[in-house]
Order: sequence, then structure tokens, then C-alpha cells
Amino acid sequence: MTEIIVVTSGKGGVGKTTTSAAVGTGLALKGHKTVIIDFDVGLRNLDLIMNCERRVVFDFVNVIKGESTLKQALIKDKRVENLYILPASQTRDKDALTVEGVQNILDELKTEFDYIVCDSPAGIEKGAIIAMYFADRAIVVTNPEISSVRDSDRILGILHSKTLRAEQGREPVQENLLLTRYDPERVEKGEMLSVQDVEEILAIPLLGVIPESKAVLRASNQGIPIIHDAESDAGQAYEDAVRRFLGENVEHRFLSAVKKGFFSRMFGGRQ
Amino acid sequence: MSFLDYFRTKRPTSAAVAKDRLQIIVAHERSHKGQPDYLPALQRDLLAVIRKYVPIDEDQISVSLDKAENCEVLELNVTLTSDSPAAAAMS
Ligand SMILES: Nc1ncnc2c1ncn2[C@@H]1O[C@H](COP(=O)(O)OP(=O)(O)OP(=O)(O)O)[C@@H](O)[C@H]1O
Ligand SMILES: [Mg+2]
Repeated sequence: MTEIIVVTSGKGGVGKTTTSAAVGTGLALKGHKTVIIDFDVGLRNLDLIMNCERRVVFDFVNVIKGESTLKQALIKDKRVENLYILPASQTRDKDALTVEGVQNILDELKTEFDYIVCDSPAGIEKGAIIAMYFADRAIVVTNPEISSVRDSDRILGILHSKTLRAEQGREPVQENLLLTRYDPERVEKGEMLSVQDVEEILAIPLLGVIPESKAVLRASNQGIPIIHDAESDAGQAYEDAVRRFLGENVEHRFLSAVKKGFFSRMFGGRQ
Repeated sequence: MSFLDYFRTKRPTSAAVAKDRLQIIVAHERSHKGQPDYLPALQRDLLAVIRKYVPIDEDQISVSLDKAENCEVLELNVTLTSDSPAAAAMS
């Protein structure tokens, strides 16, 4: 059975694309045939994070409009077996995505893939609604910050009412919280909402906590999904999250501040 | 409270303030979930009409839409305090 996963948040810039690339890559590395779809029509970015921007010929909207086949639009990842990317279109036409068009593509992908990861655009407009409409599971990406948490709560409300599962009265979309850009040091100083605070407010199961990390920007600069950087805290945290996603019981890490030694305080230390 | 206690009671951290604010706004927004978009405007208009006759505050009126078996019920609640003229006239 194919699972459709939406990576969503409401608020922009919280780490959806970073997460889609990391989780999609992680699933493929575990042997599951995976495709990541960029739903951010007009603002394509997944291609850069996945380092395939120069190989985009056809896109999502070309396939919907029948201008290319799905096979022609899918880009095979150069690093990982079993991993494909379906890039977003750069069109400014907001109505380019249609529910029927998306459904047809998903139905065709379902015959080939184990996991379909949908990288949602920000907001609660049409693009975000279509990205979550067919989802079986949702990864709600949230920053420990007041407006991000509020927007995540709104997104949860929409997942409960505006998805196909909700409309058909089927079992609801399985929701998971992924708290990203977490800074344990600031949490300990009382300057940042803690993971417990956010869990208490949103009341959905925690998939993982990704620390604020310089490695993320370094990875995106190079077009290497962060999960490939097994040395980095963020890379390891995503790896843990993927294992939890697949049902493994993995203890949470990177939740408390690292005690800095004399030398790292003097010279900045790692990361 | 002793003089020393005054210095011991710490002010809440900014994260604690954020959490309190979030809990309030999220509870408020959840209670309005699934309600049609026109309700706030309808409530404003009704408030204006009622105020022509009785002085009431915004929090004395509430409008909500409930789903019953196979119909929808638009419910309007207006609470009159004992010092509002209408309530006084009735007692
Ligand atoms: N754990 C992290 N540590 C540090 N920086 C991060 C982390 N996660 C994401 N970022 C940075 O945050 C920025 C936004 O990330 P990303 O593009 O993944 O967000 P997004 O939710 O997809 O944004 P949009 O809503 O615009 O699609 C990027 O610059 C990224 O490098
Ligand atoms: Mg994005």
C-alpha cells in the first residue's frame, strides 16, 4: 500500500522543504521507493535542495495539462536508488493545480511507489489545501515560536475538515509534530518555547525535534539533503525521525544544551 | 508576603508568557472552528441593532451555528445584566 505524506505548516519558512528532502531521502535510503512532489507552484525550490535544478525539463503542471507524461517529468535522484523528484512549475497561474489533475497523477504514482511525499507551500490557500487533500499522514513542521505554533493549530483544523479522508468520514489523517530549529540553550534560559510546551498546545504525537544547526544551510548550499550529513546533529535528528516514522522506537536526542568546554567556548567549537 | 519574598518571586520568562498567550488564542480559535465566515459580521450587525434598544457589551452577545440531525440551527444568545434597563423593567 502506498502512503501519501504531506509536509505542511501554515507558516512559511519553517523547514518544510528541508524536511521533505530529508524524510524523502531517508525513506528511500531504507529501501522504500519514494517520490517527493513539490507543490509550491510558482516558487519551485525542492529542486535546489535536491540538487537537480538543471535537470528539470517538464514539471507537475505540464503533466496535469497533458503536455508531458509523468515518466518524462520525474527526475531520478543521482545519489539514492529508489528516489524520484517531481518538480513544481514556475507558472504564476494559481489555478494550474486542479484536484482532478493531482488525483490522476497520484493514482499513477501509487502503482509504482511506496511513499509519496508532498512538500506543501506555506499558507492556507489552494496550493496548501490540494497538497494535503489526499494525504494519509501529515508531518506538521513547527518552530518553537508563537506564530508558527498558532498556524500549525489552524493547519490541524483544516486537516480534520478539508481532506478527502475527513470528507469521506474515513479514519482521519495521521498527524505528527516535527519541531524544527530547536535551540535547547535558549529553552533552558526561558527564551524559547520548550518541546513540552508545544506538545501540550498542539496535542499530537511527536515525530522528532530537529535542532537549529549550521549544517542545514551548508547542506542546502551544496544541494545535499541534510540527512546525508550523518556527522551533523540535524542530520542525525532527521535520521531518528525517519526511523520513528517507520514505527521504530527511538529515543529523542538533542533536547538539552551541550555543556561547552573551555576550548569550545574560546574557539567556537564544532557546528 | 515578607519583604524577602518580594525579591524571590521571579517574573515569568518570555517563553512562559508565550505559552499562556498561545493557550488562550488557540482555545479561542478552536471554538470558532468550522463556523461560517459570515458569523463575526452577523454578530456585529446584531449587536448594533440590539444596542438601539439596550446598551450591551460585546461579550453579552454570542452567535453560533449548530448542526442538528438534518438541519442547522443559528443560535443567538443575548445576556442582559441586572443593571441593563430591559432587565430592570422586567423585574
Ligand atoms: N534545523 C534548521 N537549522 C537551521 N536552519 C534551518 C533548519 N531548518 C530549516 N532551516 C533554514 O530555514 C530556511 C527555510 O527552510 P525551508 O525552505 O525548508 O522552509 P519552508 O517551510 O519550505 O519555506 P517555504 O514556506 O518558503 O516553502 C532555510 O534557509 C533553511 O536552511
Ligand atoms: Mg518550501
